[in-house]
Amino acid sequence: MATADEARRRPWPSLVGARPRFNRWSALALPAVVFLVVVFLIPLLAMGLRSVTDPPGAGLANYEQFFAQDAYVRVLTNTFWIALLATLACLVIGYPFAYLMTVVPGRFAGLLLIAVLLPFWSSLLVRTFAWQVLLRDTGVINRFLLDLGLISEPLTLIRTTGGVIIGMSHILLPFMVLPMYAVMRRIDPEYGRAAANLGASPLSAFLRIFLPLSLPGVLAGSLLVFVLALGFYITPALLGGLRDQMISQLIVQQIQQRLDWGFGTAMSVLLVGITLAVLFAASRAVRLRDVFGSSVGED
Amino acid sequence: MTAPEPTTAATGSAAPATNGADHPALALRDLRKTFGSAVAVDGVDLDVRRGEFLTLLGPSGSGKTTTLRMVAGFMAPTAGSIEIDGSDMTRVPPYRRDVGMVFQNYALFPHMTAADNVAFPLRMRRRPSAEIKKRVADALELVKLGGYGDRYPRQLSGGQQQRVALARAVVFEPRLLLMDEPLGALDRKLRESLQLEIIRVSRELGATVLYVTHDQEEALVMSDRIAIFSAGRIEQLGSGEDLYDRPASLFVADFIGESNILRGRYEADGGDGDWVTHDDARWRVGRDAAARAELSSGTPAALVVRPERIRIVDGGGAGDGLNVVEATVDEVLYLGPDTKYHLALGWGQRVAVREPRESSGRELQRGDQVRLAWSVDDGLLVADPGGA
Amino acid sequence: MSDSWRQPRRVLMAALGALTVFYLLAPTLVIVPMSFTEARILSFPPEGFSFQWYQRMWTDRQWSTGIVNSLQVAVLTALLATVLGTLASLGISRGRFPGRSFVNGLTLSPLIVPVVVIAIGMFGLFVQWRIAGSLVGLVLAHTALALPFVIVNVSTSLQTMDRNLELAAANLGADPRRSFFHITLPIILPGVLAGAIFSFITSWDEVVVAIFMTSARFRTLPVEMWEQVRQAVDPTVAAVSTTLLVVTTALLLLLVVVRRQAPAQ
Repeated sequence: MATADEARRRPWPSLVGARPRFNRWSALALPAVVFLVVVFLIPLLAMGLRSVTDPPGAGLANYEQFFAQDAYVRVLTNTFWIALLATLACLVIGYPFAYLMTVVPGRFAGLLLIAVLLPFWSSLLVRTFAWQVLLRDTGVINRFLLDLGLISEPLTLIRTTGGVIIGMSHILLPFMVLPMYAVMRRIDPEYGRAAANLGASPLSAFLRIFLPLSLPGVLAGSLLVFVLALGFYITPALLGGLRDQMISQLIVQQIQQRLDWGFGTAMSVLLVGITLAVLFAASRAVRLRDVFGSSVGED
Repeated sequence: MTAPEPTTAATGSAAPATNGADHPALALRDLRKTFGSAVAVDGVDLDVRRGEFLTLLGPSGSGKTTTLRMVAGFMAPTAGSIEIDGSDMTRVPPYRRDVGMVFQNYALFPHMTAADNVAFPLRMRRRPSAEIKKRVADALELVKLGGYGDRYPRQLSGGQQQRVALARAVVFEPRLLLMDEPLGALDRKLRESLQLEIIRVSRELGATVLYVTHDQEEALVMSDRIAIFSAGRIEQLGSGEDLYDRPASLFVADFIGESNILRGRYEADGGDGDWVTHDDARWRVGRDAAARAELSSGTPAALVVRPERIRIVDGGGAGDGLNVVEATVDEVLYLGPDTKYHLALGWGQRVAVREPRESSGRELQRGDQVRLAWSVDDGLLVADPGGA
Repeated sequence: MSDSWRQPRRVLMAALGALTVFYLLAPTLVIVPMSFTEARILSFPPEGFSFQWYQRMWTDRQWSTGIVNSLQVAVLTALLATVLGTLASLGISRGRFPGRSFVNGLTLSPLIVPVVVIAIGMFGLFVQWRIAGSLVGLVLAHTALALPFVIVNVSTSLQTMDRNLELAAANLGADPRRSFFHITLPIILPGVLAGAIFSFITSWDEVVVAIFMTSARFRTLPVEMWEQVRQAVDPTVAAVSTTLLVVTTALLLLLVVVRRQAPAQ
């Protein structure tokens, strides 16, 4: 064993108790931080800069240009509108499903979870493509209905707002279900028994006990879905019509086709700004940790 | 502040070490630990003799676990020193201290078998693998788990896991064995059998053990000496008998065993004797008890009497070395071989009396008026810091 | 064993549940049989049975190089993200330094920023750095996107790990380095592997950033598919989709196996 003298020369930073400013583990985070700053943060900042310097001396001209045109503003409001509709759709479909996952016996809950997680991790492009195949005039749904004789002409399902909502909800549903399920799981069934014992009917117990307790999950899921929906690109591009254009499509159009970097980056900044503003406003009502998970430990 | 050493010799420790060194196995000198403004350990002095089984006993938050963790090296003390076998270990990192530690939740490495767990400290010391194999087998045999080496912790019961943890802590023959409430997670029967196991193992190894628990019965069963902790300091240090029969303070009297605490004022009375008085009632204090307590007349004090020392009597008064008091029966509890009575004295003071069933003689009921008597020498005198 | 709100109209709930599951799984599953059709157009139900479109995937240069490129990018992304992310998790979970919450937020921020914006931003700067349209650029971009997944997984492993184990290791004679390699790392390994798998899947399926970061010379599978899907669609796309799905599903199953093997969790 080393002598005590030797050890005294190299003091041991406490594992528990003392609170030094920096400890040994801190340095490990450095590579990732540097990486993200260089590859992620700086490009975003450069983009922001470009929005006010391209064309040179632009200042806020790009932004003004955006708000000056009715067509552009309409795209923005349409984006909000579609995101809202998608969120509502996910809520309507997702809440009963999350509730079901909570009440069924364990094995089924596992299967239902798989049913949610499998699409969650599948390619967004593949799923949107699948909807394209389903919703087209010559697609699966129309062919099915025509063959059964339920309709005489194909329904216009694609290139409509409805089509976009269906596709987006399909993709966003897991983001709604998972936070809601996480919160619902933690609601102690003993509350229900207590309510019954105290004279509440099942419906009453649900409305007065379960529903309010599940609200944090509902808020977390809705927030997550809404924020993600704002930035959607692939799905509205494949399933939506011209009137359903969302802001991300506009951004891509400006950059890729028109090569108007100033305008495109300005709209990007706008989109990020709106996203952050929504998150910030909602952080008053929702614990963001419920939404995004936490890596920072309690010490 | 050093706790007063008991006047009687310490009882029943294992054969002392024969290396002739004068050092105690563990010496704590004015050990302190503060967290910000909170003081967890407030000046602890302690010597643990070689081969001794010493328990740190106290309620949660009393500083006993913090002290143990400082001895293990997981926390650096704010002030004071720690000497193990004469060497100053205060600033030595835990992986160089050569002490064994058993955790309350076992802390067995889940990805290793029992044998690998036990082998770990030997591997860290780079012992040859043949030696490791043998010592691991011996250690598992010692805790009666020979043949269980291939099992993973999750395949073992709580008691078995704790025994593996014990084997792991002793396999490298540490100078000192630390145990942090190792039996807290187990049920009563298992706890009792493991208590005996731990005593057996430590005696066979001649180990010096520093044991932490909040369970006073456990401390009494296992220890050579007990250090009672309260608010970061050692209230009293001594054998179980010392603490039980001669508590130095109200806290100790209350913490160890059951006590009746008769609060009042101490009056020293040279000729007549010493008394504790409460309003109209007064009880005589034995000379030895008064001498030990060293209180000045007029201070708030308490007379402590164990429930089994009080008898319910029919007639007779005070004198004859007896203290007598009137009481009303409140509850009668049947506890198998004993009967326990809860009684109330005049001014709301409650008293518990414990008698073997045979000697009861009569069937007492709620509301019965009785007389209680105890020998003056059975009364312990302590200061009452909270008294008016 | 009746809980007051656990007595829903069973049939209705079950039907809703089944319908939702159908909604979730059916669209993707429809693609799979369509990829085996003999006909030249996408149809459901498929006509005949043929592997021709899968063959096409390998014989057609554009598709086959797409597959190879996708694999390369995904593997490199998984490696880089796992290393950086595991180190970062250790640093954030166990470290103490001012601005720890900020760093934690920074590592999770790629999840929040709309992917189109990320794509544009990176494209703008990577073009100047001459790495746009190359393997390097795309790997760097995908690593940034995958990092949050690694960090969340590894951090969870670190937090659920019994801290006493590290104390026990130190007590038994292991210095911090040996304690990490003998005790900490084996126990968090399932989390690390999960992070690696999620990183691979993220890169393998990613399309928006890839659209900008690829060029005519260097394309990944999803980008090829994107180009095709907007024009004429032949069943090769269905075969490609099925391939993408199969790989992802296989990796998720692998993940379940890894989790089950974990001795510590």
